[in-house]
Amino acid sequence: MNKQITAAEAVAQLRDGMTIGFGGWGPRRKPMAIVREILRSDVKDLTLVSYGGPEVGMLCAAGKVKKLVFGFATLDAIPLEPWFRKVRQAGEIEVMELDEGMFQWGLRAAGMRMPFLPTRCGLATDVIRHNNLKTIRSPYDDGEELLAMPALNLDLAFVHVNVADQLGNSLITGTDPYFDHLFARAAKRCILSAEQVVERLQLDADSARDNTFERYLVQGVVHAPLGAHPTTCAPAYGWDMQHLKRYVDSASQDGGWDIYMNEFIRSGEAGYQAANGGADAMGSLPLPTF
Amino acid sequence: MTTNSDFTLAELMIVAASEAFRGDGEILASGLGIIPRLGASLAKMTHAPELLMTDSETLLVEEPIPVGPRGDYVPKYSGYMSFERVFECVWGGRRHAMIGPTQIDRFGQTNLSCIGDYDKPKVAMLGVRGLPGNSINHINSLFVPAHNTRVFVAGEVDMVSGVGYNPARWIEHMRQDLMEIRHIVTNLCVMDFEGPEHAIRVRSLHPGVTFEEVQASTGFELLQAPDMGETAQPTDEQLALIRKLDPHNLRARQLKDNPPGVRAATTGQ
Repeated sequence: MNKQITAAEAVAQLRDGMTIGFGGWGPRRKPMAIVREILRSDVKDLTLVSYGGPEVGMLCAAGKVKKLVFGFATLDAIPLEPWFRKVRQAGEIEVMELDEGMFQWGLRAAGMRMPFLPTRCGLATDVIRHNNLKTIRSPYDDGEELLAMPALNLDLAFVHVNVADQLGNSLITGTDPYFDHLFARAAKRCILSAEQVVERLQLDADSARDNTFERYLVQGVVHAPLGAHPTTCAPAYGWDMQHLKRYVDSASQDGGWDIYMNEFIRSGEAGYQAANGGADAMGSLPLPTF
Repeated sequence: MTTNSDFTLAELMIVAASEAFRGDGEILASGLGIIPRLGASLAKMTHAPELLMTDSETLLVEEPIPVGPRGDYVPKYSGYMSFERVFECVWGGRRHAMIGPTQIDRFGQTNLSCIGDYDKPKVAMLGVRGLPGNSINHINSLFVPAHNTRVFVAGEVDMVSGVGYNPARWIEHMRQDLMEIRHIVTNLCVMDFEGPEHAIRVRSLHPGVTFEEVQASTGFELLQAPDMGETAQPTDEQLALIRKLDPHNLRARQLKDNPPGVRAATTGQ
């Protein structure tokens, strides 16, 4: 069994109109090498499901997004995601805007093959109104009125991990695994990109705890060193603020997105690394502290 | 306890923010932004050592971490608090967060999503983030660095992201008893929701500010707390702790022009 594929083979599995999820959180451990491959492809009309960082803005800038399911879109140190803002303010995308907690609840429902899960989050806000969400009464004596958070079923999920093997086993060695395991469970297919790919992981009991979901959820493994850049990939490297600023500027430049695409994306990953000062510089970006 | 008249408005607001956490007990205190975080940190280092705090990422600490570049400071971790665990904490109600929304209305409803028409907003902001879940599950306080009628809007906020005390938004059998909005700390005053039917009251005015000025900067009618006085000025002990918690003086950059804590009556800013 060998699930290793190229980024191009991974992205070739996308079809127009698919619902796809991205792991990570804001500008943290996003599968950006895969995102760049999507930017180079013809695929369109995607529904994105994400705790949004630059992948959301970039795919919006490229006109690939029909609908965004999100709780936020932010670059963190740069709070407002420029391209998300631009297309959102132009009314160019549909949105399903959710509380961060409702969002993971919807992924859980999908992973457990449930139509919905009850929660209080979203009640008494406009989240329920704009998304036409329904409430449900507890059948027990309390009779509480709760929000029924629908399952967020994904066609495909992309997750960036620190280490994977060719069987689909993976390790997330950063301190926070975020909700990547829920994305993997919510999706019909999950493709990993990994800083390092080995033939077969051989772990001690401590490092085995860094495995956060099972390989049967994984259908493809892509070797993508520095594949989270310009987002963080703890503990290896931090975000690239210089690059993120350059990306932010593209939103206020005439023809800015095409210039960004030419400067960084169209020449492939080797060209991308060269345009960002090379692998050594990218791999030694310091982790942010808060 | 001696007070020191040489302090900034940011420092006064940090002390006021710290007061919001008084008496909370053993819960997670989350101050989002420099002044709220310094307020929560100051609370933990003075009147509320029982509070739990994180490194603003994934790990729990018993000693609040100074803001900004850490230099030689080594955080002393005491536990783990991944984002997934934060939701478990939130849904269990064991948290008090202080956040800075873009809009607030007379019900305490908050907006972090967008301004204007929802389908084609004039300004798209971050998104609702955790506001719906936080606001309905645990104590929240609000932080407003520039008190004006664009923040404190007439009518409802444009997109209700966080719940408030608006009866029209709640229907029978929903549990409204799990929410509480504690204080609003602004650059002019401290407010609470202890008026009739949770009406917003001015609890204290910052030195040199009048109630009329606060009212004129607010899009809805305010009440005065019967014991409305002046916001407590920082003590020397508090100022020393604030300097330790903010060694790079990031607090000086949080408010426009970093005004002094006691405003001269003549400036009329």
